[in-house]
Amino acid sequence: MTAELLTGGEAIAHGMRQGQPDVVPVYPITPQTPIIQVFSKFVSDGRSHAELVDVESEHSAMSAAIGAALAGARTMTATSSQGLALMAEVVYIAASMRAPIAMAIGNRALSGPINIHCDHSDSMLIRDSGIVQLFAENAQEAYDLMVMAPRIAEHPDVLLPVAVCLDGFTITHAAEPVELLPDDVVATFVGEYHVPHPMLEVSSPTTRGPFAMPDYYYYELRHAQGVALRNALDVFIDVAAEFEALSGRRYEPVQSYRLDGAERVLIALGSTAGTIKDAVDELRDEGEAVGLLRITPFRPLPMDEIRAALAGAQRVIVLDRADSPGGVAPLGAEIAATLYGSECELERHVYGLGGRDLGVADVRAIFAGGTPDHFGVREHSWPA
Amino acid sequence: MAPLKPWDELEPGGIVVPSEAAIPHTSGWRTGVKPAVDGAKCVNCLLCWLYCPDSAILLDGTTFAGFDYDHCKGCEICDEVCPVDAIEMVAEETVLPERGVR
Amino acid sequence: MSQLTEIRWHARAGQGAKTAAQTLALALLAEGKSVQAFPEYGPERRGAPLRAFTRISDTPIRRHDGVTEPGLVVVLEPSLVHETDVTEGLLSGGAVLINADERPAELAAGDVHCIPADRIAADHNLAFANIAMLGAVAAWLGAPSLEHLQDAAVRTLGAKASNADVRAAVAEGYAWPR
Repeated sequence: MTAELLTGGEAIAHGMRQGQPDVVPVYPITPQTPIIQVFSKFVSDGRSHAELVDVESEHSAMSAAIGAALAGARTMTATSSQGLALMAEVVYIAASMRAPIAMAIGNRALSGPINIHCDHSDSMLIRDSGIVQLFAENAQEAYDLMVMAPRIAEHPDVLLPVAVCLDGFTITHAAEPVELLPDDVVATFVGEYHVPHPMLEVSSPTTRGPFAMPDYYYYELRHAQGVALRNALDVFIDVAAEFEALSGRRYEPVQSYRLDGAERVLIALGSTAGTIKDAVDELRDEGEAVGLLRITPFRPLPMDEIRAALAGAQRVIVLDRADSPGGVAPLGAEIAATLYGSECELERHVYGLGGRDLGVADVRAIFAGGTPDHFGVREHSWPA
Repeated sequence: MAPLKPWDELEPGGIVVPSEAAIPHTSGWRTGVKPAVDGAKCVNCLLCWLYCPDSAILLDGTTFAGFDYDHCKGCEICDEVCPVDAIEMVAEETVLPERGVR
Repeated sequence: MSQLTEIRWHARAGQGAKTAAQTLALALLAEGKSVQAFPEYGPERRGAPLRAFTRISDTPIRRHDGVTEPGLVVVLEPSLVHETDVTEGLLSGGAVLINADERPAELAAGDVHCIPADRIAADHNLAFANIAMLGAVAAWLGAPSLEHLQDAAVRTLGAKASNADVRAAVAEGYAWPR
C-alpha cells in the first residue's frame, strides 16, 4: 500500500466517501471547510452517491441528519467550534433518539476572543451529549477512525452519533503521508446500515422523540442511552480488531507509549501526543523514566484501561487542551476521578488554548517539573 | 405509579410502536361532548383527519369513515376546522350510529 | 539529509508558499521520505505575510508543533525582508534562499543565496516564483531528484500552467549556480 500526501481534512473526506453515506447535511466552517469542500467535489464528480444537503446552519445540519439516520440512510456530517456550539442542542437530541451519525469535528477554540485555531473546547462542550468522541493524533488516524465511525455508530448495541475529533489546522490543514484502503475493501468493511425501525415505513408508523414524564421513562431512557455509550467501548475494540486485520494499523482505547518502568507519565488527546512521543524518546535516551498515555475515545472514557496503564506511574501529568473556568479542566477532572485512591501524584496543565504552540522543548520542561512561561496554568490535584 | 418496563425492554430512543400507542384509551378525557358528523354535508376534504391530534378520525381507504371514540378526547378541533359545518359536538349521552356518522 | 530537516517558506498570501511546501513534500514522499507540510494561518488576505513549513525525515514524523528552528529558509517575496526577520531561529549552518537578483542589505550576514526566480518564472509564463524556487531548494537539499520534483510540480500546478513551462522552470531553479 502506498501513501498519498493528504491533509487531515482530505483524509477525512476520503474516509467519508468510502463509507458510502446516503445523506450528508453540512454547513461550512473553518477549519472543517476543507473536509466538506473535498467531499462535495466527490459528490459532484460522481464518486459518492450521497445527497449533500445544503442547510442554512449547523443546527439544521444535525436536525436533518437525525431524520435521515432514523429513516435508514447512512448519514454523516462535519463541523467545528461555533458550528458545533450551534449544533450542540441537536447533538443531545441525536443521541437521545439513538441516531447513528458519523461526523468529524475539526477542533477549534470557541469564541471569544474570536480565534480559528485548535483547542478542544468545542468537543468538550458536547462531552455530556451522549456522543462517542474519538481523538485522532494525525491525518492517518483521522482517516482510519472515520472509516470505523459508521461501524461503531450503527452497531445495534450502540446506535449513537460518533465524532472523529481532529485538531484544527494542525491536522485538518497539514499534509502528511496517508495510506488509503481500497474503496471496495472499505465498502465491505462498513457494510450496509440496517435501521431497527425505519421511520418512513408507513405500514408500521412510530412515534419518535416522545415526551417523557418524571415517572414515565425519562430516567430509563437516559440510563439505556448511557449503557449504549458504554457499549461503544467494546464495539470500538471489536471494530478496531477487524480494521487491524485489513490495514495492519492497531487502535486501542488507550495507547501506551514507553510506559515500561515510566515514573512520570503525560496524558494527552490528539496531535500533541505525537510531539510528546518525540520528547519522550529524547528523555529516554538521556535515561529519564518517562512515558505517554494517549486516550483515543474520550467518550466513552476507558477508565479501566487508564487505571491499568498507569499502575506503575509515580507522577501523572494531564495536559488539557480546554479549560473549565472556575472549576477543573475536563481531562484533568476525569483522570482525577479515574485515579481516585491511587498513590500517584497528579498534576494538571491547561495548554494550547486558541492554537498556542506546545513544542518538544515545552514538553521536556513539563516533565522536568516546570511550566513553560508562554502558556497555561499548573495545578496540583494531589497532594495539595 | 403504574409499574414500568425495565430500561432494557424499551425501544432505543423511546420509539413508540403502534401496538403500544393504541393501549391507553383517552375517551375518558371527554368532558361531556363528542363529535358527530352529518354524512350528507361531508365533502370528504379530510381536514379533520389532518388536524386531529389523536388520530381518532377513521378512514376507509381515503374516505372519511367516522370517529374512533376510544381515543377521541373531545377537543373539538375537528368541529373547528370542518369547512362545511358537517361536524358538530353533541352531548355524550346522545345515541349515535356506530362511528358517529348520521 | 539529516534525520529531521525543517524548512520555513516566506511569501505573501497568494504567492504559492503553501503549494511549494506541499509540492516539495510530495516529491520527497515519492522517494520514501517521511514528510509534513503545513501553512500558518492567520486572518490573512491576499498580500499579507504568510509562512509555510515543510518537515522531512527518514523516520516517521510524529511531532505536530510549530517549526521554530528551521535549517533552511526560503523567501519567495524579497520585499518581506524589510518587514520580517526571515532568519529568526535559523539553525547555525542553515541557509537562506531568496528570490532576488542581489543580496538584500538586511541579509548581509550568513549563508544567503539569491535565485532570480521572478525572471525564471516570467521566462516560462508563470505567475509566481515558487516553482523555480522549488528547484533551487531541491538542489540545496540534494533531494528530491529533479524528475521527482518536476512530476510533483506538474501534479500540484498542472491545471494552472503548461506542463512544459513548469518542468522548465523547476529545472532552471534546480540548475541555479551555487
